[in-house]
Amino acid sequence: MLAFILVVVATEISNWVAFLGYFLLILGAITVAKINLLTVFKRALIEIPFVFFAVLMPFFGTGKFVMIGPLKLYEAGLLAGASIVAKGTLGVLSAVLLSTTTTAREILRGLERLKLPKVMVQIATFMLRYVNVISDEMDRMKVARESRGFEATGVKHWKVLATAAGALFIRSYERGERVHLSMLSRGYEGQLPHEEPKHNNAKSWATAISLPFFAALILLLTKTLTTSIGR
Amino acid sequence: MNIQPTLLIEDLAFAYPDGNQALFGVNLSVNKGERVALLGPNGAGKTTLVMHLNGIHPTGHGRVMVAGKIVDPSDKAGIKEIRSKVGIVFQDPDDQLFMPTVGEDVAFGPYNMGIRGSELDKVVDQALDLVGMAEFKERPPHHLSFGQRRRVAVATVLAMKPEILILDEPSSNLDPASRRELADILRTLDITIVMVTHDLPYALELCERSVILSGGIIVADDKTDVILKDKELLRSHRLELPVGFAL
Repeated sequence: MLAFILVVVATEISNWVAFLGYFLLILGAITVAKINLLTVFKRALIEIPFVFFAVLMPFFGTGKFVMIGPLKLYEAGLLAGASIVAKGTLGVLSAVLLSTTTTAREILRGLERLKLPKVMVQIATFMLRYVNVISDEMDRMKVARESRGFEATGVKHWKVLATAAGALFIRSYERGERVHLSMLSRGYEGQLPHEEPKHNNAKSWATAISLPFFAALILLLTKTLTTSIGR
Repeated sequence: MNIQPTLLIEDLAFAYPDGNQALFGVNLSVNKGERVALLGPNGAGKTTLVMHLNGIHPTGHGRVMVAGKIVDPSDKAGIKEIRSKVGIVFQDPDDQLFMPTVGEDVAFGPYNMGIRGSELDKVVDQALDLVGMAEFKERPPHHLSFGQRRRVAVATVLAMKPEILILDEPSSNLDPASRRELADILRTLDITIVMVTHDLPYALELCERSVILSGGIIVADDKTDVILKDKELLRSHRLELPVGFAL
């Protein structure tokens, strides 16, 4: 995935044929993985705040501009904005593809094998385990607040919310201590058990490498095409 | 033949760093195969005592011995052995089950003891079988009911093949059926058990002997039914049988 994104980011925005190719490639991969397009679309909505800024970009700038109706759009901003939208969307789509096809557990195992520091993998593993426990706790606190007639409507209620967040932090911290104690009780010495490394077969390697490979191919092809046309 | 007690506590005293003294000289001896209930009101020092049994809290004064070995947190190799012999099941199973799946959590203890590969699998399956949770091996803990999580917590400790099982409030937050299921499981285990609780009927059901810890010392040590019949003793240590419960 990272390799694919690198290839995408390395492409100039003016090479729009290549971007079309990338989109088709990702869509192809999503179809092959039998993922519902609606799911992908919903998950990709996370991109919206970034797109928002990209849309604003053409309105601010200097230099050459084009008039579209009453709007004055700067060319540099237009290109930069389009670049962010296109590259961002491709990145998000490939991240969605990874997270939908691979369980969080497998991603963590992968990171461990990619030699990410053990402590970071362990922290992520615990986050995975306790995110539900803590969000349940948060929900219970919310219910407790509301059943005593509290409703957060404005700034004046921030104090209560901040206190609640503080309490949640303390509770989580104390839970962390208790978890650590229970780990020590079972002989923890800095290592979490992990399964014996499974050796990836040629097929899974081929699958993993196909996306960046085809993306690089598209980049190369479009590059040579544009240069030969340019002559 | 010299029979040494599985657990021997002699004159154990402990004060927290803030000066709050929790234990004032506890003496207790538990023999192999016994099931003992450690009764006491809230704040009596029960959990503090438990933390001494595998060297989480350093022994302030006195000594704790498990199967003839002194518990001493400063002795790194020794404490590792002690921790494999003393299995503590904590009150909140969410504190105990920290791995992404039930199977991995049960594997945590034996893995730290150096067991690997197919033997590790075997130990995990055995422990889950003992508590009747074998089919939940691949499930994440937060998808289980509270009673199931408590049973898995017991399995995580059993997988280490301890000499003594310490249960901190095992019946708390359990519905009546889960409570009975856990009792049935505990009764089948061939292991020394110390059960910290203020659920007096549960103590009577499972333990032939009870001790009362109150104000940081052991104030009573007798057969469970004898202790529970002594209303005056119970009342003076903030313990009560449930309404309608009579011996």
